[in-house]
Amino acid sequence: MKILVTVKEVAEVDDEFEIDGLDIAESSLEYDLNEWDDYAIEEAVQTSEAHDDVEVVTVTVGPERAEETIRMALAKGADRAIRIWDDALEEAQFLDIETKAALIAAVAEEEQPDLVLSGVQAGDDSNGATGVALAEAIGFEWAAVVNELELDADSGVAAVHRELEGGIEELTDVELPAVLTIQTGINEPRYASLRGIRQAQRKPLEARDLSEIGLDADIVDSSIERTSMYEPESESDATVWEGSAEETAAELAAFLRDKGVVEG
Amino acid sequence: MTVLAVTEHRRGDLRDVSFEIVTAGRELADELGTDLSLAVIGGDVDGFADELNRDGVDTIYTIAEGEEFNHGIYMQTIEQLHAELDPTALLLPNTVNGLDYAPAVAGRLGLPIVTDVIGLEDGGVVEVIREQYGGKVETTYDIDAEQYALTIRPTEWPMAEEAGDAAIEAFEVDIDEDAIGTTVNGFEEVSGGDVDITEADVLVSVGRGIDEEENLPLVEALADALGATLSSSRPIVDNGWLPQNRQVGQSGKVVTPDVYIAIGISGAVQHVAGMKGSDTIIAINTDPNAPIFDIADYGIVDDLFEVVPEIIEAFGGEAPDV
Ligand SMILES: Cc1cc2nc3c(=O)[nH]c(=O)nc-3n(C[C@H](O)[C@H](O)[C@H](O)COP(=O)(O)OP(=O)(O)OC[C@H]3O[C@@H](n4cnc5c(N)ncnc54)[C@H](O)[C@@H]3O)c2cc1C
Ligand SMILES: Nc1ncnc2c1ncn2[C@@H]1O[C@H](COP(=O)(O)O)[C@@H](O)[C@H]1O
Repeated sequence: MKILVTVKEVAEVDDEFEIDGLDIAESSLEYDLNEWDDYAIEEAVQTSEAHDDVEVVTVTVGPERAEETIRMALAKGADRAIRIWDDALEEAQFLDIETKAALIAAVAEEEQPDLVLSGVQAGDDSNGATGVALAEAIGFEWAAVVNELELDADSGVAAVHRELEGGIEELTDVELPAVLTIQTGINEPRYASLRGIRQAQRKPLEARDLSEIGLDADIVDSSIERTSMYEPESESDATVWEGSAEETAAELAAFLRDKGVVEG
Repeated sequence: MTVLAVTEHRRGDLRDVSFEIVTAGRELADELGTDLSLAVIGGDVDGFADELNRDGVDTIYTIAEGEEFNHGIYMQTIEQLHAELDPTALLLPNTVNGLDYAPAVAGRLGLPIVTDVIGLEDGGVVEVIREQYGGKVETTYDIDAEQYALTIRPTEWPMAEEAGDAAIEAFEVDIDEDAIGTTVNGFEEVSGGDVDITEADVLVSVGRGIDEEENLPLVEALADALGATLSSSRPIVDNGWLPQNRQVGQSGKVVTPDVYIAIGISGAVQHVAGMKGSDTIIAINTDPNAPIFDIADYGIVDDLFEVVPEIIEAFGGEAPDV
């Protein structure tokens, strides 16, 4: 069995940041493995540990910088990695959902996985959409926001729990092959061991450009254009207590007493 | 010409977002100078249609297929309804179920899609607003297409309240059962636990800013000193540091205490969904730009490890060493 895991390197914004044109200034960003994908990787690796002959392949759309994050996924137990990048992607204003799904779909068509695990959302873009869009693009079944997964490869079914709003879970059988978007909390993602990190250096990490996955530069064309980015005007009229920790704590304590909160 | 909005229901009840999407849909239809059509798929469609008959809705299409949500049925139904109505905009809820079909339906219909939209405007081409980077910035996008799909963030638009006089039409669809690859077998409620945080008057709520499980005694001591109950954001529960029944938010509990003290919580939309109805919200966070400050009444921009021990002591408690 082959499991393809979509892995994104997400940008995290410093407390103090600047906007440069239509995006946050590079100098205000730090990069990390997307939280949701960490759980997806763990789910795939646990599956490979529980069954014979399971190969875990990761796919990332991202620049060379992302390789550090991809090595992290390899160190946690993925077997090999594919990274898609191209000048046309570098120059694009942003990659819309359709484009990203098409890029990952091209890799999926080649790899022919039995299962694709994706994250519920990317911490930076929060589209919450790539996995389900990918499923449609490759003709797989799917389930969004999965927080429990039981795989029955013989009968070709994934029995999942989908986490709905308000503490309610939907119990669903999904025919394989399928794309599942993985929710945090489904497992306990491991830390990469030193041994894992060493091994990751030798695992295959293949970079491919558009032509190598059979696509043209026009894949980035989009009818969606980003027109501005700005800090939202705070609608808040919050009173911010200023001063040393001792002073602000005293303000807060006085306020709470005023509200009738007393020593517990 | 029409805007087509799809409503949502679960276990016999329409969800609030169904009435919010009426408001958003009417707003966009006014900008475009078109009708607003609603689709109600599955369940008690006639009862739902009566409830949804609010001011501003022109036509409600009822599709009596299935009881509960199944994305296979939603996909086929929306495909056929879209072909019939040829709507300019397809509006869908940005809910867990909405995100289980919206990206796929857009893909199948060849529509550009923007998700989690919090504002929209038409000035020749439609302009939408969404948040990025954990709510720290907003971005606007123009969609230059004759037809497109958008998912609408819950609670951003008010629910449509006034009664309306929409035409209600049953819409017949051909469902290809072979194309349905998922079976919904039922529901399960995340159960009980030791404490009911929805009953508390004062909640001390802890987030990822606490950094390590070993530091939790600090906020526990604060809760003790204030006679408050301890709750948390999701990562604390995901990490197994507190039980599930302490989680506030979209997938946890909705709480409305007199005082909610958010400590090291950024204020992600899914968290805010569970606590914005609190009477007084106090946030302690090192990041002055954290979205939690947008809904807080009072705030302290400082390190929780500096501030929390001081509050404990002001209430006669003793701060543990962490
Ligand atoms: C479908 C879905 C459902 C979800 N449901 C929920 C839900 O029910 N509840 C929920 O909470 N989340 C939910 N989430 C997750 C949500 O998107 C966020 O990831 C989560 O709320 C973040 O938790 P946090 O604020 O504790 O962590 P972070 O976002 O990491 O924020 C930590 C904060 O702590 C501050 N901080 C760091 N160090 C300190 C310090 N020393 N002193 C003071 N402040 C400090 C930082 O500035 C930051 O603002 C859901 C997500 C999805 C996709
Ligand atoms: N550039 C990317 N490369 C690989 N996977 C991605 C990329 N962008 C999004 N994904 C996957 O899609 C999921 C949802 O992202 P999004 O739809 O952007 O919120 C993420 O958790 C990733 O698993």
